Formats: sequence, C-alpha cells, structure tokens
Amino acid sequence: MDFERMTDLRSRRSFLWDCASGVGMMGLAHLLALEGRTADARSSLNPMAPREPHFEPRAKSIIYLFMSGAPSQVDLFDPKPKLREWHGKPVPESLLKDLTDTVLKGGMAMGSPREFKRYGQAGMHFSDYLPHIAPWADDICMIRSMYTEHANHHPAQLMMNCGVPRQGHPSLGSWLAYGLGSESQSLPGFVVMTSSSGKGIEGGASLWSNGFLPSTYRGVTFRSQGDPILHVSNPGGVSDRTQRARLDVLKDLNERHYQRTGDVEINSRIAAYELAFRMQTATPELTDFSRESDDTLEMYGINDETTRPFGTNCLLARRMVERGVRVVQLYHSNWDDHSDLNKNLKKNCDMTDKPAAALLEDLKQRGLLDDTLLVWGGEFGRTPMNEFRRGNTPGKEGRDHHPYCFSLWLAGGGIKGGQVIGETDEFGYHIVEDKIHVHDFQATLLHCLGLDHTKLTYRHQGRDFRLTDVGGKVVRKLLA
Amino acid sequence: MVNLHISPRGEAKWVRGPSGLGASRAEEKGASRLACATGAVRFFTRHETRDTKHGFLPCALLFLAVSVLLNPAVAWPQESGADRASGLPPAAAGQVDFSRDIAPVFQANCVACHGPAQQMNGLRLDSPERALQGGYSGPVIKPGDSAASKLVLLVAGVPAPGHKEGLVMPPAGERLSAGQVGLLRAWIDQGARWAEAPKPAVAEAQEQSPAKSSHWAFIPPRRPELPDVQQGDWVRNPIDAFILRRLEAEGIQPSPEADRNTLVRRLSFDLTGLPPAPEEVAAFLADERPEAYEELVDRLLDSPHYGEKWARHWLDLARYADSDGYETDQLRPNAWRYRHWLVETLNRDMPFNQFTIEQIAGDLLPGATLRQRVATGFQRNTLSNREGGADLEEFRTEQVVDRAATLGTVWLGLTVGCARCHDHKYDPVSQQEFYRLYAFFNSADELNIDAPLPGEMGPYLGTRAEYESKRRELLAPLETEIVELQAAWEKRLLETEANPGRDHLWDRAWEVLGLVWGGGLGEGQLEGQRIVKLDPSRRTKDQAERLRDYFIKYGSIIDKERYEELKLKELGGKLAELAKSYPKLTRAPTLVENPRGRRTYIHLRGNFRNRGIEVAPGAPAVLHPLPADPKPNRLTLARWIVADGNPLTARVTVNRAWQELFGRGIVFTSDDFGRQGEKPSHPELLDWLATEFVRQGWSLKKLHKLIVMSAAYRQSSKARPGLEARDPDNVLLARQSRVRLPAEAVRDASLAVSGLLNTAVGGPAVRPPQPESVIMESYDVPWEVEEGPDRYRRGLYTFIQRTAPFAQSVTFDLPDPGRTCSRRERSNTPLQSLTLLNDPVFFEAAQALAARVLTERQGGLSERIDYAFRLCLAREPDSAERDRLATYLHHQSGILDREPDNPGAMLPVELEGVDRNQAAAWVALSSVLLNLDEFITRE
Repeated sequence: MDFERMTDLRSRRSFLWDCASGVGMMGLAHLLALEGRTADARSSLNPMAPREPHFEPRAKSIIYLFMSGAPSQVDLFDPKPKLREWHGKPVPESLLKDLTDTVLKGGMAMGSPREFKRYGQAGMHFSDYLPHIAPWADDICMIRSMYTEHANHHPAQLMMNCGVPRQGHPSLGSWLAYGLGSESQSLPGFVVMTSSSGKGIEGGASLWSNGFLPSTYRGVTFRSQGDPILHVSNPGGVSDRTQRARLDVLKDLNERHYQRTGDVEINSRIAAYELAFRMQTATPELTDFSRESDDTLEMYGINDETTRPFGTNCLLARRMVERGVRVVQLYHSNWDDHSDLNKNLKKNCDMTDKPAAALLEDLKQRGLLDDTLLVWGGEFGRTPMNEFRRGNTPGKEGRDHHPYCFSLWLAGGGIKGGQVIGETDEFGYHIVEDKIHVHDFQATLLHCLGLDHTKLTYRHQGRDFRLTDVGGKVVRKLLA
Repeated sequence: MVNLHISPRGEAKWVRGPSGLGASRAEEKGASRLACATGAVRFFTRHETRDTKHGFLPCALLFLAVSVLLNPAVAWPQESGADRASGLPPAAAGQVDFSRDIAPVFQANCVACHGPAQQMNGLRLDSPERALQGGYSGPVIKPGDSAASKLVLLVAGVPAPGHKEGLVMPPAGERLSAGQVGLLRAWIDQGARWAEAPKPAVAEAQEQSPAKSSHWAFIPPRRPELPDVQQGDWVRNPIDAFILRRLEAEGIQPSPEADRNTLVRRLSFDLTGLPPAPEEVAAFLADERPEAYEELVDRLLDSPHYGEKWARHWLDLARYADSDGYETDQLRPNAWRYRHWLVETLNRDMPFNQFTIEQIAGDLLPGATLRQRVATGFQRNTLSNREGGADLEEFRTEQVVDRAATLGTVWLGLTVGCARCHDHKYDPVSQQEFYRLYAFFNSADELNIDAPLPGEMGPYLGTRAEYESKRRELLAPLETEIVELQAAWEKRLLETEANPGRDHLWDRAWEVLGLVWGGGLGEGQLEGQRIVKLDPSRRTKDQAERLRDYFIKYGSIIDKERYEELKLKELGGKLAELAKSYPKLTRAPTLVENPRGRRTYIHLRGNFRNRGIEVAPGAPAVLHPLPADPKPNRLTLARWIVADGNPLTARVTVNRAWQELFGRGIVFTSDDFGRQGEKPSHPELLDWLATEFVRQGWSLKKLHKLIVMSAAYRQSSKARPGLEARDPDNVLLARQSRVRLPAEAVRDASLAVSGLLNTAVGGPAVRPPQPESVIMESYDVPWEVEEGPDRYRRGLYTFIQRTAPFAQSVTFDLPDPGRTCSRRERSNTPLQSLTLLNDPVFFEAAQALAARVLTERQGGLSERIDYAFRLCLAREPDSAERDRLATYLHHQSGILDREPDNPGAMLPVELEGVDRNQAAAWVALSSVLLNLDEFITRE
C-alpha cells in the first residue's frame, strides 16, 4: 500500500470511501493479511474499486443502446431490392430448407417501402427513417451479419445481454463491473435506463441481472419516474443536515461496534453509507441539465416531446461516462413490429434517431468517443417476409422474428468506423459472409474494454462461467 | 490458414493454421475451427470460394493431386461419381487387414478419447461390440456402406447428420490422411470385421463401474468414532468433539460462549427468522437454570415461525416465484399452495426422506393424498413461456432439464445439469446418464387440481347443482351447434397436429391452444392439447367443461361466420360471469404422470431437436443402484434418493443446515460436492452428522437442535487478535460468524421491532408497497399495493414477479428465481444503505418505532434509549453508546428547531405529551438504530 497516499487521505470524506486506507486506519495489519491471502482484488472492502484489465483497453466505458423487440434491419440498414420484385410471392423454397423453426417459414416476400441512400466513404446504407445517424457513417462500423440462436424475445434478449438464453446468469454490464470495477466513486458503476414507445421490455430486469455474481454488480436502474436511483432522495422532512447527522451518529456507533467485534465487514458497511451519501449529492448534480448549452439540449431533442425520453437518457449517458461510470445500458422498447410496421417503425425511429446521433456527435466533439464504446442494436432481426402468424390486415403488414441474420452498429473506442461488415443473401434471409455469433460479438466488446473473454470467469456450482459460455471469438475486422 | 504438408512417409495432410473470420464457433471446445475441414467437399460453394484469397482453393486442389500421386500404400481406383458427390476420398482397393491397417489408426488417433479411459459422446472404438453400437448419436459404422458411416464422414470432414457443421475427427492434431480414410472405407465396405477377439487395454468392467471413484463424496459416510480431546469439559455434544479436536491440533482455543443477549437473538433469528421480543430476552436473562437454553431452543422450534424461516431457504432451492417468467411473465395465483404446504410441513417436522419423496413423486404414492399431490408443486416452479411463437416442445424440454438439474443440485449436491450438452467435464456423470435422470421427469405432465382449502368444500358442493343447471340453461339453446362446431374444430386441430405446415392459421391455432391455456392462472400449458387428444368419452367432466369453455372463447377459426352468428363470444362472457358468481375451489399446481409416457433421447449438444440414441430412466453408475423395479418411475427415483447407500443426500442436507447456522457450510460449495467443489473442512463431522441425521429418523428439527445445542454454535462471534490472520474465513470455527440477515429478515426485523409486523402464517402472496418504477421494468404486469395489514406481512409472502422482483429483496441478495440456489450471496452495497435510510417502508418503521418507544416508555431519555436499544438489538447500550445517542438527539432537535416544516413531515401524527420536534428527532434516532450494522446482522 502506498503510504504517502494513505496519509494524504486523512480528511474524513475521502478517508471513508477509499476503503483500503479507511480500513488501514482501523486495522492495517488485518488488511495486509487479507491482501496477502486473496489474489483476487475483489475483497469485501470495496468490490467496485477500479481493477486492471487484462491488457491495454481501447475503451474505458461502454454505452449500449439496446433496441428491445428487434428493429427491422430490412427497413433500416440492409436494403433488399429483390424483395420488391418478389413482393407478395412466397420466397424461394431453397431459403427455407433445413430450417427447424416452422413459424419463420410462412409469409410472402415483403419489399421495404423505405428509400435507402448511401453514406460516407464506405457507402453505408441507411433508410430514410434514420436521417440523423446516417451522416455519421464514417464513424460507424455496421454489422449486417449478426445471428443468434433463439427466435423468442426473452431468450434472445438474455442471449444478447447475458450470453445464455436462460435466466440466472450475469449480464454484460455485470461482468464488466465485476472485471473492471468503476472509475466513479460517487455513482454506480453499471447504470440502466429505459424508455418506451408503448410496451415494456420483454426480458425486464433479468437483462441487467447480476445472476450468480454478488448483487454489487447488478445494473442500477436510473428511473425516469420518482427517484432516479431508488431511494436516493431523503424521506419527507429529512433535510441534508439531518441526513448528515444521521450518518455521523450511525458511523460512530458502527465504529464502536467494530471495535467490539473486530469484523471488517462493518467497515465496508460504513464505506457503503458514505458512498450512498455521495450518490445522494452526485445524482442531482448528474441529472441537472442547467449547465448544458441550449444547443446541446436541442441536439439531443430534450425540448421535443417525441425525442425527450430517449434524448434525456442519451444525455445522461454522456454525463455518466464523463463522470466515470463504466457501463451505461439504455433499453428502448418496443420494436416488435408484427403489424403496422411502417407506422410503428417510424415512431421508434423518430424517438431515437436524433438522440442517438446527438450522443455520437457529442461524445466525438468532447473527445470522449475515443475511449467510449457505443453500440446500437436489438436481440435478433425481422423476416424478409410479412408476418403470417396473426394474419394480415392489408396495408398494416409487419414482419416476424428472424434469428438468422440481423444488423447492428458500433462506434468509438477500439472500433474501426466507416466500414460495413458481413453480407446477407439477396432476400435478406441468410448470411453469406462473415457470420458473427452473439458470443463473438460479446467477446469483441470485452476485448475493446481490455478483457479476454476466456479469462473473465466466475466459479459457480463447480464451473468457471463466463459471458460467452463456451464460444466466442474476437472479431478482429471490427477493430481499429 | 491451411497448409499442405507432405510427411516423410509421403502422406499429404492438412495442418491447421490461424483462422479468419467466419470460423465455426466450435473452436473453444477444441473442435475443428475451420471450414477447410469440409473444404475439400464444398469449395465450390460460394462461401468457400471466397476463401481463395487466403490460398485455400489452390491448397485443396493441390491436396487432391498430391494425395493421388503420392500415396504409396494403396493404389487408388478411379473415383466414382458417387464419391465425388459425397466428397469422400475413395475406398482403398484390395483386401483390408484389420490388425495391420485399421487397429493402428484407431489406436493412434481415436482411442485416447473413445477408449477405456474416456468414451466421449458415448463412443468406444477399442471393442467390436461397442464400436458397432456407436455413440450418443447412434451407430457410427454401417458395415458394407462406408459412405453412410458417420465414422468415415467425420474423419473425412464431410457434414454428418446430427453433427455440427465443420466438425472433423480427430478435433485436434493431425488429420487422417486420405489414404487412411480410404482404408477405413474399404474395411467398412468389406463388412467391418474385427480380425480377432479384441483385447481392450483396460478391462471393460472398470468402465462399467466408475462407482469405484475415489472422490470422497461418492463413498458412503461411515459413522466415525468420537475423537478424544483434551478439554473435555468444553464438549456439550459430539459435534464439539470434532471441532475441538481440530482446534487442539492447530493449537487454537475455542471462543468463550457468547453473552446471553447475543444467544437469544441469534437463536431467534436462526430458528424463526425474527428478532426476540424484549420480554423474551428478559425472561431468558432472568432464567439461570441450566436447562433454560434448551427450553428456549425447544420453544423456538415449536414456533409457527420456524417453518417460515426454513421455508425461505428451501424456496431458494425450489426456485419459487409467483409468475411464469419470460416475456409475458403471467401470474401464478396458486403458486402459493406449494409454499403453504412447505411451511406447514416443516412445522410438522415431516421426516426429510418423506419430504423428499412427496416433492419428487407425491402424486405416485399409493393412495396419494391431496397434500402429497400438492407437494409436487416443487416441480412446478420451472418457468413457462407463453410468448407468441414460442416452440412448446422447446420450453417443455427446458422445464424437464431444469427439473433434472435441480434434483441434482438440491438432493445430490452435484452439478448434473452440466451434462446436458456433453459428458460432465469433472464428475463421473455422462451425458447419457443425465438424460436417464431426465427421463424420469420427461413422462410427467403439469396439472393444476382442485385443492380445496378448509371451509371451501361445503359452499361449493351446496351450490353445484344450481350452478350446473344455470350453466345448462345458458348452453341449451345452442347446444347442438356448439357440439357440432366443436367436434369439427377438434378434428381439424388433430389433423393439424399430425400434419403441421399445411395451414399456418391452423398451425397457429394448435400452438395457441398450448400457449394460452390456463394463462394467468398458472395452469399447465399443455393440458388443453392433451384434452383434445383424449377421446371425448374418456374425458372427465371437468376436462370436457374446460375445453368447451376454451372453444367457446377462442374457437372462431372453425367457422367465423357461424361463430359470430351464434354470438359465441358473448356466450363465453356469460359463462365466465356465471362461474365467477359461484363458489370455487382453490386449485394447486401439481405434477402427474402422462399415461402414454414419452420416449427420451439424448439431446446431442443439448439441442432438443437433435436427437441421439434413446435412453431409459436410470441412475448414474457412480452412485448406488436404483431399487429393483420393472418400470422405474419418479417414485423409484425418489426412493432411490433417500435409500441407504446414497452417499450424498444426507451429507448435502446436513451441510446446508450447518451453512444456515454458521454462515458457511462444512463443505463451502454447498451446491457442489463433486470434484470441483471444495473439500469438507471437517469430513468426519460431516459424516457423523449425516449418519446421526438418518439415525434420528431424518428429522430436521432434531438436526437443527443438535447443532444449536453445541458449544461450537454458542461461541462468541467476536474476532480475536491473531486468530483472524490464521483463519480469516473462520473455517476452523474457533468462533461463531457474524452473518448479515437475509433480505426477508431485514424487512421482518424492522417491521417487528417497530410493532408493525403482521405475523399471520401462510396464505397467498401479498404486494407490499414499493416504488412504481420498479414494476415498470417488466413487460406488462400490475402491482396493486395491499391495503391494511397485508402491507406488513413477512418477506416470505412478498409476491415474486420474475421479470421485476421486489426491489428491496433484490437489493439484499434475493437470488434470481430463474434457477435453483443453495447459497445466497451476502453483498454490502450503497443501495442497501439508501434502502434502509430512505425507503418509505423502512422510514415508516422508524416512525412506528419512535412512536412505540415514546408511548410505551414515559420516563427519561436514558430509559427510552435503553428501551429502543433492547427492542432493536436485544441488549442494553453501553454508556458511550447511550451518551452518543443522547447527544445526537439533542443535536437533531436543534436542527429541527431551525427547520419548522420538517418535524411535521417526519412524523405526521402528534403524540400525546411529546413535543413535536422531540418526536421527529426520535424518528431520526430510530432510523439510525434500524440502520446499524448490528441491527441487520446476526451476531
């Protein structure tokens, strides 16, 4: 332990959070004994202390814009003129052979009414529903060749978020918080925010679950209603002075009990209370946009009712990353357009396109994009055919679930922008080039953050579990 | 990426290099990573052609050329058209000699994984019988037809049915040469004859009885002699002898007994999950008789709250929740019946062996009682997927897998679920054996049954006749049409089931029958389909009625016009209204055996669509044999679990009890007694406890009493200088452990000491207040907050919505109910601090505690502080604590003097004779007590 630093930290506030030194004051000998015995730095003292990655990271933080319900790649990123030719006809039988999933076989080819244009040096396609993000093509790495293993929302969302199509496993954000800790000592290390155009998220809170990891690593929901963080504001009648006074006496009594019992767990309890108190101060500061310029607010669409919910989350995401939050997960629901796709897709694009573009631009202009990884995508794709399961009302067609290919994009820390990876067949049914499995994708995200996905493990029920289960391979093509 | 190597013998081989993008994802398992494995066959396809830029295509062509030119062993005949199409190297010409040509190939390339030491995927290539039998995916050698033999396809890297794309054998190291493949082909084409009686290197018997495993947990416990110890006067019961002997060997003294305040609080939390009332503490302190402690223990074991406390632990194992899980996460309003059974049963101290049998196979017991059937609710806590388009068989399979895996964790302490996709990597459980366990559950069906609560039967029977005649009246005018339409509807559904894919709307109708049947009621999903399949004459009245109701509600597809003409939808509404207005019987989720059974196949790589060989129900060979039974079923399995000779169940069970009472198991990995688990810290103690548990008739109460009566349990939990450095995790138990209370007890304790707790036992789940934003996380579920006393029920009864679990519980480490959990994490986070400080539920408890102290103690400040302390911590404050709180109260009043609006907000009610600021300051002080580390810790 750095003795200089320790003596430096005598002021009460910092003394208490930097747990290592906090405990150093109270029982240095014990601490040393503890450090000597655990190779794993995740002691109970400060489970969220920043930790060294496996190798030099390309990104320090990640903002993941999860588009819950599965946006239609055929209408946004991966144009298929052939579908217009075949519109209303059954797709060739050859595409459907070997498919086990009967629900995906029906329906007639459905051309997209969208107009596509090419953007940037790579000539990246975007449809007319995404006018704001399209001009940033040179910063974006577009993947058109993602595939997954499940065609139902919840399992597929779990797959994308937790690497396993079942509940009970830690999410990407939890793994990152566990692997890297947090740079912020006054905000949670892994934050979740949600917005919606109607229905909620199929997978609910299981998507940011800590699974079998300690709950320290669970995503902390930043809520748009009530307290942003549960119970972050004082109860009625409790002023900040009262709160501070409560904490002071609480600390004294806890310390006294520590002297009596010698249990270091009491010290981490004291430290947790001090962090809680700092969160109470930091959270209002974080959510206070009064120092943001009008241009910024305008850019994120904060002043427009349509874009405000997602825009607020995007702006908060930037502010969190600035303050050292490791993982920010935004969930926007719901893109599950089985019917009336044109209208519903437009609605979600209108809500999210401008803020997402603003986030990218803003991160870039502030120099944050270099070490922030930005991801946009859902849990699977949508069929090139129209939905047939529920029958169709003419003019209100939609598309069904499609796990065999889908598109998503990345930008920022470690990612080579201005390129399109992967190709699907002319009907947009199967991938013909550069298949990327969910686990490959996850391995790559971890890689950008300096983690080897095969080494980030946790022993549970006799096995070393990891995010990528038994698969995954870093996709080098995506990297800068 | 691929290089051609010419070996000194002139054989051409593929050698793998680093791969590019688009590789098979098999590589992490060490299997083939490259499409090049199949390249020789498929390089004309578009995907492979792209690889030419890496030099693949020329390589492959060169390979063919070089192979043909250089192979010295066998003269190559002309390649036949069929061979070209299959992509296989041609069979060698001439007679093949097994010993000379084939056996060495097997020996060098295959037997390490498919031989005596291990039989990956069930395949063994060192004996003719086993080789011809094949592996999990079925036979691999088809004598006379090498092109159809998987063995050949796999070594040639040609896609084999049922195997993952790109799989090639052997998966690592050098590939077989085309010449070797040709020899294998010729050998198979010539009849696959073994030249002579094989001589496996290791006797077959050894493979057949891996039960000889030397791993400690597979050897049945034997009752050890009690060890001799020097400080015999410390020993209160045999447990202590084992603990003390180890301590003496290490030269460590045990800790002194904890003070009596600590003991009464510890016992109360450990046995009932609740803090002791001040009177209980006072009575115990005053009772100096030697038997006072035991009497306290007995009283707590007899408390109705004992069952609640231990039920919560078991519910973690049972992955209990009140909703389906997955997207729609619909409610299971009757799930609580199982929990209710559990609390009652634990309170009655049903012997654990019977407890086990009833939860696994209560329905199969001769003359099964209602209670015994309700006990199978354990098996009904698996998730159900009702999302449109969900594959019913896929999610039924998930449930069965979960049942088998959970059985392994809960009763065997083994991670058998690991063998779902492949043989267990560490423990002697093969994939085949996993599916043998699976087979026991595979033939079970989910069924909710009428399970009347006391008092329900009378009113129900009394009104049945009237209800039925009213129902008949409603149906009578349309009876003929309905019967006719429904018959046509059923007929069409059955045709659809037999021939799927012809009409999407009917496919969908059949699927929906499975998805929505009993939705929101937590009923088994497949029951509706089962009833349709049942001949109408064999349906029970209840089945017929429920199917009719379903048809009337959802059957329009048979004839939309007629359906609308007859106004069946409206009729359905009326029938539902009618049913609602008459008394019903509460139902309960159970398991029943499907009379036709189901065949079980190995799911290759864990994929239910990928069927391997068929397997019969059976037990893993490493464990004791299954009781003799011509047709083993779940009841056989349950009896096997609790049979003599099972080395695991008693150990696993006593270990979990130990874990709950010491904060750490004798085997720390209480969910894994396999080779990857930790070894027991006190193996003899574990065995003694296991045998004693069985000797005492599997009584959990006796087990718990035995442990809490020990001197080891009664020790102080205080850290000691020197000891922490030697034994930081307290493995040796030279002291007790301080353990943070579980989520439910944190809540219960706050409500109890403040006098708010509603101590009613049993009954349906309740929804206490929590911020609205919590439930908004889920897809679309309601959370109607209880009014009245149900707001203050124990945490055990809080509704568990899987996709949006109760926030306070999650913050304090409620495990994810998606899977079984035998050991909760105990984290320590700022969110816990925020909850205890600011959550309205806990602040309300602080208000109530303040009011309680102020009204129940009229005396001075010290007396009130002492009383509050006794309520919360079961002890008196020391003078420093008392002074600190008194100073704080003064300081807090001062703050409130300057904040005239706040006192009223902190305590909205006026207390007679108490100054408003004083009262509000007392709320703050009470809240401090409820936030103390000591308050949420069992010392």
